[in-house]
Amino acid sequence: MRITGKHTNLLLLLASFLLFSACSGTQSVALAQNQVAVKGDIVYTMAGEPITNGIVLVRDGRIERVGSQSSISVPDGYDVFEAPVVTPGIIDTRSVVGLAGIYNVPHDQDQLETSSPFQPELRAFDAYNAREDLVVWLRNLGITTVHTGHGPGALASGQTMIVKTFGNTVEEALVDSTTMVSFTLGPSVGSNFGGNPGTRSRSVALIRSEFLKAVDYMNRDNPPRDLRMEILVSILKGGVRAMVSAHRVSEIMAALRLQREFGFDLVIEGASEAYLVADELKEAGVHIILHPTMTRTRGETTNAAFTTAAVLAKHGIPFTFQSGFESYVPKTRVVHYEAAIAVANGLSFDHAMRALTIDAARFLGIDSRVGSLERGKDADIVLWEGDPFEYLSRVCTVFIHGEVASDQCR
Amino acid sequence: MNKYLTIVALLIGSWLVSGFFSLFFTADAHAQEQPIAFTGATIYPISSPPIENGVMVVQNGRILAVGAAGSVTIPTAAQVKDASGYILMPGLVDTHSHIGGGDGGDRSSALHPDVRIKDAVDVRSDTFRKARTGGVTVANVMPGSGHLLSGQTIYLKLRDARTIYDMLIPDENLRDGFMGGIKMANGTNPLRQPPFPGTRAKSATMQRELFIQAQEYQQRLQNEENVARNLRLEPMVEALEGNRIIHFHTHRHDDILTVLRMQREFGFRVVLHHVTDAWLVADEIAAAGIPSSIIVLDTPGGKLEAINLLYKSGRYLEEAGADVAFHTDDSVTDSRLFFRMAAFAVRDGMSREKALEALTLAGARMLDLQDRVGSLEPGKDADFILLTGDPFSVYTHVQQTWIDGIKVFDRANPDQLPFATGGHEVYRGDYFDHYSTGGAQ
Repeated sequence: MRITGKHTNLLLLLASFLLFSACSGTQSVALAQNQVAVKGDIVYTMAGEPITNGIVLVRDGRIERVGSQSSISVPDGYDVFEAPVVTPGIIDTRSVVGLAGIYNVPHDQDQLETSSPFQPELRAFDAYNAREDLVVWLRNLGITTVHTGHGPGALASGQTMIVKTFGNTVEEALVDSTTMVSFTLGPSVGSNFGGNPGTRSRSVALIRSEFLKAVDYMNRDNPPRDLRMEILVSILKGGVRAMVSAHRVSEIMAALRLQREFGFDLVIEGASEAYLVADELKEAGVHIILHPTMTRTRGETTNAAFTTAAVLAKHGIPFTFQSGFESYVPKTRVVHYEAAIAVANGLSFDHAMRALTIDAARFLGIDSRVGSLERGKDADIVLWEGDPFEYLSRVCTVFIHGEVASDQCR
Repeated sequence: MNKYLTIVALLIGSWLVSGFFSLFFTADAHAQEQPIAFTGATIYPISSPPIENGVMVVQNGRILAVGAAGSVTIPTAAQVKDASGYILMPGLVDTHSHIGGGDGGDRSSALHPDVRIKDAVDVRSDTFRKARTGGVTVANVMPGSGHLLSGQTIYLKLRDARTIYDMLIPDENLRDGFMGGIKMANGTNPLRQPPFPGTRAKSATMQRELFIQAQEYQQRLQNEENVARNLRLEPMVEALEGNRIIHFHTHRHDDILTVLRMQREFGFRVVLHHVTDAWLVADEIAAAGIPSSIIVLDTPGGKLEAINLLYKSGRYLEEAGADVAFHTDDSVTDSRLFFRMAAFAVRDGMSREKALEALTLAGARMLDLQDRVGSLEPGKDADFILLTGDPFSVYTHVQQTWIDGIKVFDRANPDQLPFATGGHEVYRGDYFDHYSTGGAQ
């Protein structure tokens, strides 16, 4: 993207370039830009209609003003960036990056602990590598916020969290430390844990027995500390959500049954066969984190369809997209690439854009900070060469908190 | 057995075989006797510049004529199909696929030149129908990469098939009678417990020893009478004589150069496959005159060899002047989205023209099929597709796929559409995949 210096002081401009050069080798390219103006031929604010010839002013990491270029002029001292299309930072609502690394060797695979199939007490932020190459890859493609953590494949594999895709430590990246606990119903659990549990029925029985213990624990006065019971109580009390990976109808229905029995806040992840039980999902009011559109049609996802997102939208079932978990190559997916295939198969452009931004932010409870370009929100902004879903539209600049987090077209 | 009975049996056998062949290999041609003329489409012949408002006439499974409206005579008997608004281009050639549910060698050896995937393919596998919805009309179906040499590959035309013979392509230069190559691999996939190698140097040594055995067998065949048949070395001799192409899985830059070194030593014809680090050694690949069949993935990583798997390899190979094709490696990527891979290469600077050629004619060259498929020219097989728009747009769909002048996929057909989109019990065929084996293949 074209960068136009509006600095009146050339020395200051030179200094910022020198600083840029000095920092370009580090992970987060931090320009000393506290004041930025981003112009777009189309600006998708995700708060109202897109603005033709729009502009977003950024100051001190937050969005200062949003409007049309005809009504807002660029104040002195603002660096100007321009692009055909401008959107909020993309939000991935289910990933394992940072726990799962690019090399796929034991050293960088922390998304699944196999010592026991039920360990909801494992915290995601104790294992997150903010410098992970996969995180950098996603950031460079415009993904600025990720709900990541423990993966599928255990009855309860552990907790998840929300991070920005920047920073050198998890503390810098963290948006929410304890967002959900990842549960899985389905045969992958048995294959990861030596056939124990070996069936879907026993999986449900084990989860129920743990929640019954948690109900008991919750009702005791001053019980001794128990990390497992504490997180399950948080789920029962509604502070932390239960994200259940369920693909087949029997698994989806079992998840709804568990929700009714214990009254927790349920999210269904995967949901390959959701189109077969759309009415039931609609009635339950459950949010779906839909499997990656291009997921391989094998095993649990044999019946996945490119059209499921469109079917969910038609039924008014709330859903968002995910990059999910990949065991081999490629080691992660890219969430808006997955949304693009849904748009090519019947989902509306607008619905997909919302699912990647404001709907995702609301679902994750972080819409006061991200998900749209509105005054006061974090200045997480993506500059595109064109339609974000097109294969040939590169991402050329990514801002996180008003700082340039990527400045090469990719 | 009585000598005469043997002769009679042989005669009957050969009659059955020839009758069998004529039944299946001419059936398609006879099924499309009436010429069909496609009008109004934008035609991408690949071998020549695009034609606006083009006309293509096909008959008996072959292309009769291709050109601009007015320059092509449409036979009076022709059925005319209005293809206005569509892009008409050759069917895609997938140089490396694992559709069809077949497999290759087992764990008894690291080298299985005698093993033919032909003996294990399920022609009714849904994966073939699925691939056709992505525009794939020819595929090099290969065994996996968990061996130094996992077996013989086959080149298939993705016709409707009752048996494998309906898909095979005859080849009089091969003793087996049908076109195919040999799958080899280096790098980490074949490294495991004995009898497999434990290091790269051992891998190269074991592969060279096999080629040396083949050279010796080749000498004996040339110099001696009644040499005993050797199923392991016959296909290797065919490779040494250039009749069977070696398809060599290789990722890291030094592994790529190892293949080039081995090729110089033994002179076989080889296509590099995957070629992750191609952008690091593109000049060496081009100087060797060796073609590359590359894969482009959304994200690098998943194994150490793939951390440099970037969108730019196609551009680097093109700029170096090397021949480059794409492959799906289905199920690593999905045959339904083969165009998508080429689009990502274009995204990082490969030219549109080269990328389209890499999906078609370049792949045909790498399978010795350039005289039959890969471009729209008179005399070539009538294997083509109709696209709803720009080949590199996410919104474009393959509307129809034709093989030998017969329509094998139509998106407008509600019985066939699900093979493009998926759904409940659409795909039931089993197929080889790299994922249930934890990436071991």
